Amino acid sequence: MASNDTKNILLVGVGGQGTILASNILSTGLISLGYDVKMSEIHGMSQRGGNVSTQIRFGSKVNSPIVGKGEADVIVAFEKMEALRWVDYLRPNGSMIVNDFVIPPLPVLTGAEIYPRGIIEELEKKAAVTVIDAGGIAESLGNAKAMNVVLLGATIKALSEKMPDSFIKVDWAGIVSSTVKAQFVELNVKALSEGMNLL
Amino acid sequence: MVKKLLTGNEAVARGAYEAGVKFASAYPGTPSTEILESIAKYKGELYAEWAPNEKVAYESAFGASLAGVRSLATMKHVGVNVAADPLFTSVYTGVTGGIVLVSADDPGMHSSQNEQDNRHYALAAKLPMLEPSDSEESYELIKLAYDISERFNTPVLFRMTTRVCHSRSLVETGERVEREDIPYEKNIKKYVATPANAHIMRPALIERLKDLREYSETEAVSLGVNRAEWADDKSVGVVTSGVSYQYAKDAFGEDVSYLKLGMTNPLPLDLIKDFASKVGKLYVVEELDPYLEDQLKQEGIEVIGKEVIPVWNELNADIVANAVFGRTEAQEKSSELVAVPRPPAMCAGCPHRGLFYVLSSHNKKHDDLMITGDIGCYTLSSAPPLSAIDSCICMGASISMGHGAAKISKTHRVVSVIGDSTFLHTGVNSLMNAVYNSSNLITIILDNRITAMTGQQQNPGTGFTLQGEVAPEVDIPLLCKSFGFGEGAIHVVNPLDLGQTEAALEKALETDGPSVIITKWPCVLKKMNEEDRKAFDLAKRTCRVDQEKCKKCKLCLACGCPAIYNGDEITIEQESCTGCKVCQQICPFDAIEVIENGK
Repeated sequence: MASNDTKNILLVGVGGQGTILASNILSTGLISLGYDVKMSEIHGMSQRGGNVSTQIRFGSKVNSPIVGKGEADVIVAFEKMEALRWVDYLRPNGSMIVNDFVIPPLPVLTGAEIYPRGIIEELEKKAAVTVIDAGGIAESLGNAKAMNVVLLGATIKALSEKMPDSFIKVDWAGIVSSTVKAQFVELNVKALSEGMNLL
Repeated sequence: MVKKLLTGNEAVARGAYEAGVKFASAYPGTPSTEILESIAKYKGELYAEWAPNEKVAYESAFGASLAGVRSLATMKHVGVNVAADPLFTSVYTGVTGGIVLVSADDPGMHSSQNEQDNRHYALAAKLPMLEPSDSEESYELIKLAYDISERFNTPVLFRMTTRVCHSRSLVETGERVEREDIPYEKNIKKYVATPANAHIMRPALIERLKDLREYSETEAVSLGVNRAEWADDKSVGVVTSGVSYQYAKDAFGEDVSYLKLGMTNPLPLDLIKDFASKVGKLYVVEELDPYLEDQLKQEGIEVIGKEVIPVWNELNADIVANAVFGRTEAQEKSSELVAVPRPPAMCAGCPHRGLFYVLSSHNKKHDDLMITGDIGCYTLSSAPPLSAIDSCICMGASISMGHGAAKISKTHRVVSVIGDSTFLHTGVNSLMNAVYNSSNLITIILDNRITAMTGQQQNPGTGFTLQGEVAPEVDIPLLCKSFGFGEGAIHVVNPLDLGQTEAALEKALETDGPSVIITKWPCVLKKMNEEDRKAFDLAKRTCRVDQEKCKKCKLCLACGCPAIYNGDEITIEQESCTGCKVCQQICPFDAIEVIENGK
């Protein structure tokens, strides 16, 4: 939509999954490269089990803080069904990273609805999809909660294909270190590197 | 200076801090809450507090202005309805220190009961209004708002919307400018709004609006607050304000001309007329009501506005482009697979669950309760499977509506449910009335020891202030007692104990006249303090289904707990379960066991 060079990233998931921390790190890196950045957190009452999307727009001058349908260059789904919910926001040549991780919503828990089967196959019909097991990787590193930084690593790698070299050369590990709590630095730096190596 | 990525709310807090604000007050409400949370961090340099409601917040800020300092009151759009009474007359009297009221509107009703357009307040109350379109402008314009307030002797309305409040963009911040307090001077003619004095204030207000209009046409233009952005081709012009400006820029691109208005009351109508005369087609792009459009049309300016731009729900660049150019939305790739909705639910371990299970099962059996509800997390109990709330309109209405209904209904007993913070907001007067005018109302005050819905804010019942000081706690049962409830009509229960809660409800149902049940247990998300740990059994535990005993009767699902999973077997998700034992008490087969000390 925007006539300028604005790029759009969507991080979608469920409240509590850490999409906001990942977005903050990504934004910090983009700002260090001199981009104009706008970031929005779109959620109803995510702390209470709702879906959440964090949107990052960057370029030489960003106007709207909101990403429209068919505009996202990269979508990272922290939860599988959320990928399905947001896939129409992807650009025709955009790429999608899907965490093979399920959080059943309340209607599924109560048995009123069934969690859709065959999501990945369906997504593959529509987009270039990379499925990763960020949960498994984070667990093997000793803490399932580092899943978001594994996903961040994969996002940075996916995005680097659409960006100048300076982007991948940003000191991402340094930004992660200065963002997370001291006792989690080692874990998260490893998680970042594992994520970047996935793609 | 380093540029920082700030939300609009953080930017307003920073700007107000730099402008020398010394007093800030608010009642939390999405999307405004984080302004006070941010400004409170400058403890020592300024004072910030949570008020019990928006009227108290605005009046307190106005008092601080009277006493000679710059002050701030912030609230969500519906909060301005509560604060409207002092607002209107404070515009008559004018100010001493600068005062700004931030109204955070919620187009799209992300977390609100309506999407009223509060720009109308500026016209109705006759005060200047500024509208930022991103964080940088939020920061710049709030500082300007204080200059305008003091120079023109008026409160200023600062109107934001969800996307401005909650989106982050780059802001270059500066330093705080300390200001001397303005010495107090008794001035009865200025500050006592008796009819005689108001007769003098009223024409002065009309003159002030003329001066402000002049400012909007001249200085606001030289400051770039109201500005024309000219393209070479002048065949299309767009008049816009707030976040709509950002959407318009993406939708129309750089090849059209814009008149971007940061000061939207009084409007710079001469500037607008001049702009209109120089462009071909003129569009007005604004969210919600035709606020700008109607005023332009009154001046005889021809515009295209709400005949194409939607009149409700929030806008975005797509919607504007579709409306104006008839572009179809990005082709949706059809799919048989659809994502299941993820409606918010009361958390696993939420203390409200026990109470609403009791109310819901009572109505399943007897269908004789009308349950008037209020604003808070517990409004979620109106959704299945609990479906336990029959009405919700505004803060405090549960009790007053319940009182009216109880006076009239011959078929239903009326129960009103209200949270602790909402009770202290505007429920107190209503309960006083229910006792004074004696109705057969059962009021249930859900005391979860915190303001939960907006993200854990302190209130007069929690024992702490916004800036972390220990504070006196309202004794809710004692307060109720002072209203004059009859003997045995006040009950305090643990809502997670279903037997105790049922027994209190039965007693209340037997009571002729008003009665009150206070359910007391802390919110599961609360950061517990020493007092909480002493008063409540918060030991770590979880519940687990014994599959040998489980008959899959699914009765436990009726409490709507997000930790209980109805798959091939009924299971309880151990990560999210807090061991509240509501499901265990429901299970008729003793199939749910409690595991102490966590996993």
